[in-house]
Amino acid sequence: MSATPTPGRGQAAAARAALTLDRATIVRVTAITIFLAIVLFVLPTFGADWTTTFTSVAIYSVITLGLGILYGRVGLISLGQVALLVVGVWTATRLSFATNLPFPVLLLVTGVITCGVGVLIGLPALRLSGLYLALITLMAAGAVSVVLTAINFPNGGGGFTGRTSTPDLSGLQAVQRPGIAEGDTAYYRYVVVVAAVMFLVALLHVRGKPGRAWAAIRESEPAALAAGVNTVLYKLWGFALASFMAGIAGCLLAAQVGQPTAQSFQTQDSLTLLATTLIGGIYSLWGAVIAGCFSQLVPFLFQVQWGINPNFLLVIFGVGLLQVLLTAPGGLVQQFPKDMANLGRLLWHLFGKLTGRRRQTA
Amino acid sequence: MIEVDGLTVRFSGVTPIDGMSVTFPGGTCGLIGPNGAGKTTFFNVLSGFVNPATGSIRAFGEDLLKMADYKRARWGLRRTFQTEQAIEQLSVFDNVAMIYEHSGVKGAGRRAEVLAAIDFVGLETPPTARVGGLGARERRLVEVARAVVGRPRIVLLDEPAAGLPDEETEHLSRVIQSIPGQFGALVILVDHDMTLVQACCETTAVLDFGKLIASGPTAEVLRDEHVMRAYLGTEEVV
Repeated sequence: MSATPTPGRGQAAAARAALTLDRATIVRVTAITIFLAIVLFVLPTFGADWTTTFTSVAIYSVITLGLGILYGRVGLISLGQVALLVVGVWTATRLSFATNLPFPVLLLVTGVITCGVGVLIGLPALRLSGLYLALITLMAAGAVSVVLTAINFPNGGGGFTGRTSTPDLSGLQAVQRPGIAEGDTAYYRYVVVVAAVMFLVALLHVRGKPGRAWAAIRESEPAALAAGVNTVLYKLWGFALASFMAGIAGCLLAAQVGQPTAQSFQTQDSLTLLATTLIGGIYSLWGAVIAGCFSQLVPFLFQVQWGINPNFLLVIFGVGLLQVLLTAPGGLVQQFPKDMANLGRLLWHLFGKLTGRRRQTA
Repeated sequence: MIEVDGLTVRFSGVTPIDGMSVTFPGGTCGLIGPNGAGKTTFFNVLSGFVNPATGSIRAFGEDLLKMADYKRARWGLRRTFQTEQAIEQLSVFDNVAMIYEHSGVKGAGRRAEVLAAIDFVGLETPPTARVGGLGARERRLVEVARAVVGRPRIVLLDEPAAGLPDEETEHLSRVIQSIPGQFGALVILVDHDMTLVQACCETTAVLDFGKLIASGPTAEVLRDEHVMRAYLGTEEVV
């Protein structure tokens, strides 16, 4: 029964595996540390509106992270992610006005409640897949925006909806930020740290047992079943994780804006969110960071910095999405380094030709 | 030991398995038959993907048909598919570890057992290599490693040698032959390569149009008149 036929070779293989793993890990950890240092200490020096934008980038990279895992790893398409974000924002706002929960607890509770809502939508929807699942989640998103239009976000009033319609603006509250991060820059850093924790959670999932089970499901569901994977449980787990992340992002967003408004969340945002997630890249966690930049930083650059009509963005997203679907399934995060390498090779080639010709003429 | 009794599978009008009663005693057992004979359907019944109309399957004293499909792997059932199922995005190690994690084996021996399974099939590529970058032969071996990890009781191999050149089939044949001794598992091998079946299997069962037409020691079965007529033509096999 014991499965150790050739222990010597087994150990050699283990040592070899450990060695290669270690080197890659060191490089990766160094890169992440440098990246985080830049994000935490260099980016806030750009100015106030940049800091606000970078805060949004960090928040949106958390939600695209969840969506990317759901699509890229589990193979499920959700078009209801912005709706779950709305649920998160609403829950956080309501809880913030009703209770005095410390911010980390508020984050967790919002995450868990949003996760519950996501699972409720997911449970029946998981019997479907592909296009039908996408449709169901899009309808759920539509339903959420209908409800949101009716009840709007809480603004400090009483009752379940927590909304008062008295035009006395002085009485309106804002969602409390954490005590240690009241200011914009401090809050930005707080958000980045929370986002980093979410990326760590994602990494643990992807590298661990759930990640391997998801890979099996994506490859072939019958084979995964034959391998003993409880496919329903793991799909639901992916859905729950993405919903949890949307909830966390919602809570962070609520505290960022203080008084959220219904106008800033549209059902079709889920579509652009999916597009940016795909453009960023769904097979790498870094793709979520790029997707966050695409959905928040690029519009800021276009509108505020360069004064270009933001509708051009939709065209760019469309082109980018086509590019991903047709030629670059890995998204920017995988395609960009390849393109740069090609460009470098091309330039080197041209350079060689030019200098070669010069030598000939001389 | 697997005892199959009166197994019948019907798909609206088609009967891919028709009253199959057979015993797989242990070791490596062959299951052969022409295309469409019901071999893969039989595997699908064992895996729980297909519910039979009638019949029973007792495996090592347990009623296999009563078990939920994903629980059968935990019980000790492993299988490979005709189409390749090694997961391209994962490393060789993770591919095998994934099966181990759902095998129900508890304890700290995960790393050692996974590496032992990879060594057992004679894979020389580093365990950290991604399966997507491997050739057909290595992928087949990864699949076999997946089928033997985590203390299997039954290993179903569905045409493991399909598309492999002869010298690679020989290596695979040696690996398959040593599965029962190494892991104490019963192997059922479906393949069209008679050399492989003869080399690996002590006993063989033959299906034709869903009916069992012969079973017993491999050499005898392959010489059986019905088998030759139904499956191999009337020529001499060996």
